[in-house]
Amino acid sequence: MSRIGVAFDKARADGRAVLVGCMPAGFPTVEGSIAAMKAMVEAGVDVIELEIPYSDPVMDGPVIQRASDIALAGGVRTADALRIVEAVAATGAPVVTMTYWNPIEQYGVDAFARDLASAGGTGLITPDLIPEEADEWLAASDAHGLDRTFLVAPSSTDARLRMTVEHCRGFVYATAIMGVTGARSRTSDAAPVLVARVREATDLPVGVGLGVGTGAQAGTVAGYADGVIVGSALIRCLLDAPDEAGGLTALRALSAELAEGVRTPRP
Amino acid sequence: MSATDPTPAGQVPDAAGHFGRFGGRFVPEALVAALDELDAAYRKAMSDESFLAEFDALLRDYAGTPSLLYRAERFSAKIGARVLLKREDLNHTGAHKVRNVLGQALLTRRMGKRRVIAETGAGQHGVATATAAALFDLECVVYMGEVDTQRQALNVARMRMLGATVVPVTTGSRTLKDAMNEAMRDWVANVDDTHYLIGTAAGPHPFPEMVRDFVRGIGDEARAQCLDLTGALPDAVAACVGGGSNALGIFHAFVPDAGVRLYGFEAGGEGVETGRHAASITGGTSGVLHGTRTYVLQNADGQTIESHSISAGLDYPGVGPEHAWLHDSGRATYLPVTDAEAMAAFELLCRTEGIIPAIESSHALAGALKIAPALAAELGREPVIVVNLSGRGDKDVHTAGEYFGILDREQ
Ligand SMILES: Cc1ncc(COP(=O)(O)O)c(C=O)c1O
Repeated sequence: MSRIGVAFDKARADGRAVLVGCMPAGFPTVEGSIAAMKAMVEAGVDVIELEIPYSDPVMDGPVIQRASDIALAGGVRTADALRIVEAVAATGAPVVTMTYWNPIEQYGVDAFARDLASAGGTGLITPDLIPEEADEWLAASDAHGLDRTFLVAPSSTDARLRMTVEHCRGFVYATAIMGVTGARSRTSDAAPVLVARVREATDLPVGVGLGVGTGAQAGTVAGYADGVIVGSALIRCLLDAPDEAGGLTALRALSAELAEGVRTPRP
Repeated sequence: MSATDPTPAGQVPDAAGHFGRFGGRFVPEALVAALDELDAAYRKAMSDESFLAEFDALLRDYAGTPSLLYRAERFSAKIGARVLLKREDLNHTGAHKVRNVLGQALLTRRMGKRRVIAETGAGQHGVATATAAALFDLECVVYMGEVDTQRQALNVARMRMLGATVVPVTTGSRTLKDAMNEAMRDWVANVDDTHYLIGTAAGPHPFPEMVRDFVRGIGDEARAQCLDLTGALPDAVAACVGGGSNALGIFHAFVPDAGVRLYGFEAGGEGVETGRHAASITGGTSGVLHGTRTYVLQNADGQTIESHSISAGLDYPGVGPEHAWLHDSGRATYLPVTDAEAMAAFELLCRTEGIIPAIESSHALAGALKIAPALAAELGREPVIVVNLSGRGDKDVHTAGEYFGILDREQ
């Protein structure tokens, strides 16, 4: 079982959900992003989702776009992201990467899988790669023992949903809201339905993303999902802060609030 | 595959939209259902007599097609080739784009959707979409890079007059690619009631194939008109290539005609060697952008590089996957044309024929000028070149006026 699987099992045994926190590699700087992710882990984030920034992130809302732009303007490269994986994985928290397909294709699919595995990454979330186009990635992830997380959506048909989860390993990512990333005042009504549909098709843990921003929302999602995935709200802590220290303080506080939330599942 | 192979048009794309190693679908899962729905609606429509009759009637009675094939004698004399202009500039709304838009608007209605969104660069596709939305009583939102809203202010006004909402996009390079990102984001969120009316033969399957089919009348008409006018097929067909719709539209009918050379002219901007250009095939590498695998302007990490062209409609760092495939197979030849070359051809057409072309189309005119001497030498006679005059230059009067320094100083 992968390290992610262990984290999900452990949380399940504790009667709580896993908290997954996302941060773009190189935001605000390479060192700054390492510090941010270490702070998140210390404050209770279980799994780090490291987003490798991409110039045209069509699934992302304004917050992640801005952070990605800052990282890219700072010159972050895919090789830096792999270095960050290594540094953060040293904390003991599982690190899963997430990126759009083109950066992987340009790095070389097999080379990326090899280097991600040797950096200690657990796998890759692919927001714009569907299993039908993924032959190379299926082979590379098998060869290097990496998890594969494809997305499922409320609009996925039952047949597609089954096909997609069959190709997943580690966990399944349920995009609970039809729309781009970004914290929302309400979590989605579609999410529990989608999670229930996934559970009929697989025993893999299900993470729910898109929209969670508060401990209370995290608790609500923890009531039906195995993992609560939070991105924009955490990133905003850094974007809105007057300086780096202030950003880290806010980040720790929100991480702790969310960690409390996933330990207080609301039915 | 060589140019003499029998028509590849029947075999590609495959059912999943692959043109050889290009094309396909690189999209969020949330969009797959909508793409499947669109694919089904499109395939059903293409074999439905009533749909085809309605589309034909709209093209004829509303858009004003078939467009003329015009012997540009004075222009021809200047360039040493017999140039036949496919006058898509005379279509309603002023470009070839109206054909695609009417096809997709009909499909939108068939799918029971009431809102259309579009990206636009030059504004031509936005204007065409706003036009069809008015005609079909659909809500219309057009995403346009902020830079382009300034370059093409006239078209922004036209869209608003037609009742569309124009959203200036302020992310990234603030041009066409960013407008496309924003439109995709809108679509993911509103896919239930919204059709994304993509304006070129790019994007995820089935868009490249579907858009080509909606604009292929350009080539079907031109082929018959050329036979009528000259008694023979042309030696070459020339078109500008942004995303690639007008070029595919005119190429498609000629692909099986092995003796007809197909030339696509990309925007060479300040010169491909300067890095400031929009020539994705000539100056790019294979990658994934906006839902499809194709040639892309990108750095070694796969980050998109900003494109540059004097022509907003060609200012895009990717190209439709069918062109990538026609390039790899050798069936079509792609060459860059610089801003300066395009503007010289723009001026030449104005002065010799009394036709103000779109700056996009001026790239095709400049291309014809470029290939004429070698073609003439090879054939031992003046070549016959059909040039797709994809649009009119009204929208470009400000840009061209500044370029040539002929605007009176504003107070
Ligand atoms: C007149 C004209 N020609 C050509 C183009 C380029 O698009 P495509 O390559 O899809 O024909 C545009 C785009 O706006 C246009 O307005």
